[in-house]
Amino acid sequence: MTMSEKQAPAAATPPSRGSLIGLLLQNKVTLAGCIVLLIVAVVAIIGPLVAPYGVNATNVVNALQPPSAEHWFGTDDLGRDVFSRVLVATRVSLLVAVASVAFALVIGVVVGIVSGYTRGWLDTVLMRGVDVMFAFPVLLLAMAIVAILGPGLLTTMLAIGIVYTPIFARVTRGSTLSVAVEPFVQASRTMGTGSFFILRRHILPNITGPLIVQTSLSLAFAILSEAALSFLGLGVQPPQPSWGRMLFDAQGFLGMAWWMSIFPGAAIFITVLAFNLVGDGLRDVLDPRQRTILEARRRR
Amino acid sequence: MRGVLENTTVRFLARRLAYTAVVLVGVMVVVFSIVQLVPGDPVRIALGTRYTEASYEALRAASGLDRPLWEQFVGYLGGALTGDLGVSFRNGEPVTAVLLERLPATISLALAGLVIGLAVALPAGIYSALREGRLSDGIVRIASQFGVSVPDFWMGMLLITLFSSVLGWLPSSGYVAITDDPLEWLRRVTLPAITMGIVAGSIMTRYIRAAVLDVASMGYIRTARSKGLAPKVVTFRHIVRNALVPVLTITGIQMATMLGGVIVVEVVFAWPGLGRLVFDAVASRDYPIIQGAVLLIAVMFLLINLLVDVLYAVVDPRIRLS
Repeated sequence: MTMSEKQAPAAATPPSRGSLIGLLLQNKVTLAGCIVLLIVAVVAIIGPLVAPYGVNATNVVNALQPPSAEHWFGTDDLGRDVFSRVLVATRVSLLVAVASVAFALVIGVVVGIVSGYTRGWLDTVLMRGVDVMFAFPVLLLAMAIVAILGPGLLTTMLAIGIVYTPIFARVTRGSTLSVAVEPFVQASRTMGTGSFFILRRHILPNITGPLIVQTSLSLAFAILSEAALSFLGLGVQPPQPSWGRMLFDAQGFLGMAWWMSIFPGAAIFITVLAFNLVGDGLRDVLDPRQRTILEARRRR
Repeated sequence: MRGVLENTTVRFLARRLAYTAVVLVGVMVVVFSIVQLVPGDPVRIALGTRYTEASYEALRAASGLDRPLWEQFVGYLGGALTGDLGVSFRNGEPVTAVLLERLPATISLALAGLVIGLAVALPAGIYSALREGRLSDGIVRIASQFGVSVPDFWMGMLLITLFSSVLGWLPSSGYVAITDDPLEWLRRVTLPAITMGIVAGSIMTRYIRAAVLDVASMGYIRTARSKGLAPKVVTFRHIVRNALVPVLTITGIQMATMLGGVIVVEVVFAWPGLGRLVFDAVASRDYPIIQGAVLLIAVMFLLINLLVDVLYAVVDPRIRLS
């Protein structure tokens, strides 16, 4: 580490993590969202262990049974237990969402931070690339990627990851631009601090707020996208159960077996809603203007 | 003064057009790459069990894939600009003709969905903002959050179960052109349009609420109130009217988004539009159709955004002067 790096002024200190979490959980709706997400995460981990029946254990004699004490969510057209399949499918839905958003986050942050910090021709080229990506509707682009690579779990993750990369690049660039002109960054640069150090020590920690919010909201959209792709037969492939695929299977039985569509759909809806509620709560807390309002309300 | 305004408007339009042209070229590069990125031979994959040496060679020549890459790109670019998007791998039909045949169904569905979305969002967003912090505001906010989170294809399935299977009021699928039988079209478009309208309306409600709140906090609203203007006059002449300007943007974006998001809804309701076409084309690996549909939807997205920006600049001079 160079002398100038050691002496670089500290970045503006953000509020402590404890106070942010306190503010976040003070909002009852956000708290409810957090609890739901916690339950979904636990189900994703232990779902396959606690599922009462095998997810592919067919029993045609028992096909299309309505919800009962033996089969809480009923059975599908092949006599498979819908409750067990919903439980087990939680893991794959979360896995696809987390992996694809992690991909989008990493690539998007690198593109955005390079673009926003270097400016000039590189910024122009990268941002025009992002604009081009934005011209394609998310699901359509994901379908085109699946059409190229063929359906499957990895392709689904990659397709969703690629389509959500531009939003992370744009959010990161915008935040980088506003932080880069802050006096502490200017001072650090004047002292001769290296660009990499400035990016790592000053820029990155100060743009995490919008990125956290975007991650939460993107997880919600990624779950919807995975479900939509699987519903179209282009996402997670059988025999692996997924919520979207279960809805696809339910299409032919809408009038006679409502439970086949209600429960997997409700699982998607509740998980997406929870991510959205937490995302909104995070935005309120991490947006300085909103935070001031919340803190003022708390003091009252 | 008039000359200055005209100058800035022309400069703004020129800048916006140049930007759209650059993005359009990028879009064409991406769309062209779809076939090039397919691992293996796309014609061979598309033909599948229908493969014969003769059909393979004929299709390769018809789609131009036997030419060098740069020649293919120039050919695709030139063809796209003149409306020639090649021929379908499946049946040899011109892609442009297939797309144009499907386009009216998608546009009529997206417009119907947008009308329903606006019919929900405008009153809900304005009402919610004017009652900020009250119970009714909370209910509208939660309802819009529900609408944003619900998968549209699931919503469609629930509506089919209730209104088609249980009540038998409306058909669950099928399409009749509005020009052939407007009443039958209305019956058939109702469920898919409600499906799309609920999601779009929920998103727009949030934006409209935020726009109204934003305008309501402006200094001139305080001035209008302190002048003693009637609350209704302040609300509708000063707040709502000015809040509608940003609503124009979100309406345009929603329309563009719906053109892409229509895919799953068209599949659920067997609506023979562009979305259903893409779905079938992906299943049969009909790459020219996929390319054509992706290009058409992306171009419509760009044009709607361009139109919205121009309208926005006409309505709000600050945009073109910035």
